[in-house]
Amino acid sequence: MTELRDEIKETIDREPVVAFVKGTHEQAYCGNSERAMQALRSVGVAFAAVDVLPDPAIRQELTALSSWPTIPQVFVRGELIGGADIVQELAANGELEAALNEKLGPDWRNGGEERTIPLSAGGASFRLAPPG
Amino acid sequence: MSASIEHLLREAFPDARELDVVDRTGGGDHFHVTVVSPRFNELALVDQHRLVYDALAAPLGDGTIHELRITTRGES
Repeated sequence: MTELRDEIKETIDREPVVAFVKGTHEQAYCGNSERAMQALRSVGVAFAAVDVLPDPAIRQELTALSSWPTIPQVFVRGELIGGADIVQELAANGELEAALNEKLGPDWRNGGEERTIPLSAGGASFRLAPPG
Repeated sequence: MSASIEHLLREAFPDARELDVVDRTGGGDHFHVTVVSPRFNELALVDQHRLVYDALAAPLGDGTIHELRITTRGES
């Protein structure tokens, strides 16, 4: 396991709800990432976003862990829920709230603020790259 | 490209009751696929979509498919 993969795994295990997206919670750079985050917002759950764009290795290591080929990827309590299509469908039919109740308990609506968390190992290849 | 995606899906889901591939932008790399198959019965959506990703691993892996939307349903 690489250091980056370890950090991604720790993030998935630590955060109650985490969305790996292109962009941040404030600014998505992909329509699917935006759809997934809007679906989470629609049920009122606070989530942590992780931007995969700073380093292609983030996406590679994430997919190695999840065996899910596309971005976004939404995890609840360490378990992959799905990408944008699934999160949107589950939010619309009420199953997302049911899953949050089941996995996080009844207090998930009080889960704090939506935010984007940086990966310390992510972006390393950029920092190490010689100035262009 | 739509035809070859449909071919891959037909191979993976020979019992599909409904199978549809839409080129969303006309550019040949943004697709919306719909598969209705009894194979999806009792499977969570995440596992249903995994089967579709497996069927399309080649065009996803080589970048032929840039973006993929998936709709799946089981059928009893």
